[in-house]
Amino acid sequence: MGLERLVARKANLIRRAEILRLTRGFFHERRFLEVETPQLAAAPIPEAYIEPVATERGFLLPSPELYMKPLLAAGYGDIFQICRVFRKGEKGAQHREEFTLLEYYRTGAGYLDLAAETEELIVYLAESLNGSTLLCYQGRTIDLTPPWPRLSVKEAFMDACGWDPVTIDDPERFDFELATKVASMLPDRPLVLYDFPTKMASLARLKPGDSRVAERTEIFIGGLELANIFSELTDAEEQRKRFKAEIELAADQGRKVDMPEDFIEALKELPEAAGGALGIDRLVMLLCDAASIEEVLAFPG
Amino acid sequence: MEVSEVSKNNKLLIDGVPFAVENVSFVKPGKGRAIYHLKLRNLMTGVLSEPTYHSGDKFDEASITVRDMQFLYEEHGHYHFMDTGSFEQYIMDETIVGDKKFYLKDSLGVQVMMWEERPIDLILPKAVELKVVETESSMKGATVTAQQKLAKMETGLEIGVPAFIKEGEVLRINTLTGSYVERVVG
Repeated sequence: MGLERLVARKANLIRRAEILRLTRGFFHERRFLEVETPQLAAAPIPEAYIEPVATERGFLLPSPELYMKPLLAAGYGDIFQICRVFRKGEKGAQHREEFTLLEYYRTGAGYLDLAAETEELIVYLAESLNGSTLLCYQGRTIDLTPPWPRLSVKEAFMDACGWDPVTIDDPERFDFELATKVASMLPDRPLVLYDFPTKMASLARLKPGDSRVAERTEIFIGGLELANIFSELTDAEEQRKRFKAEIELAADQGRKVDMPEDFIEALKELPEAAGGALGIDRLVMLLCDAASIEEVLAFPG
Repeated sequence: MEVSEVSKNNKLLIDGVPFAVENVSFVKPGKGRAIYHLKLRNLMTGVLSEPTYHSGDKFDEASITVRDMQFLYEEHGHYHFMDTGSFEQYIMDETIVGDKKFYLKDSLGVQVMMWEERPIDLILPKAVELKVVETESSMKGATVTAQQKLAKMETGLEIGVPAFIKEGEVLRINTLTGSYVERVVG
């Protein structure tokens, strides 16, 4: 164990603790209830490209959504959780198999409302820590002054890549160019991307009036994919259909995934709500001017 | 092996050609497919490339070994080496040896990177000792400090050496930078 490494990381880890404290305060202030749910479960939510870590008895979950939505359905109101999640095989400068996720649900809200609230959270953190909405990240000054630029997926892809993923069905190219081009298309400003092709938003509600897109939005800052937000899908039958497609895609890769019947049952009682997932490690990277996720972890593995 | 298991310094066989992995970078949109950017060096040509792969892509590992050998002699651009373990002889082409030929003196101990039974790269010791065969006599009255002059070594290598070096002396030379290290006495 390199103690020298731990000593060198201390300033970042102290700032990390401060970010967690401020984030909890932000949600408590707004009357969100902090909840805890299991990290080990018999079966995760079916997602084609997110693989859970298998254990002797079940899976370490890639997201707490499986248990937070039933709490929402049971009438707990606005809830949030900061927890460890697990995604098999994800390791890189912005990825670890085990990482920290902030998951939060606002009832009676839509995806763009929750994106605005997420914007408020990040501005609040930057102002509390730096006393400014100007952020220096990897040699660039990023202006966090709200409101942040909002671009539909169609506009962003037309701009950065010259094609429209809503009319052209090419999920592979979409994923690649989202990560390599769109994520960093506004180097000096945050980017709120919204209205994803339905295929890329398995748990989001379809946009009324345009079923080709779903109500999903993502926030990127400094090339980091920070937060993913949905208007939650509350139609159990539609959800079953979408999960079936995810299960088939997973099967193509040789993974057997089960239909989460209890979860679908709970969706019948789900109130209208928006839900978000924000990568705490990347948020800390941004606020510590860290190029790699290992700089903000005590034991990066 | 699966692309997710590939790491730096692995040797892969792609379309029948061996590559060394110099870097792996993992990119993935939260809900989308994982992408692996590999930085590969073609071990036959030395050319770098940066291809992209997806989860589930598979590779064969190239069986690369490094063996201790001794340089024997050169003939018509063919360099002959002997495996000091098996006493087998191998021939390496001038295109592979390149500028390293300037360090190859008879019986030099080297390492050879082998792909199956083919020598594909030559690894020199960090420093070699070579004899000076030609150098200008140092100018009278010139200060010795930082004074460099040209010297030609027994292998044809030309380097800058301190002014006090004479013909017939043996010098230790860094094979990576091609620079003078010290005079070998005795």
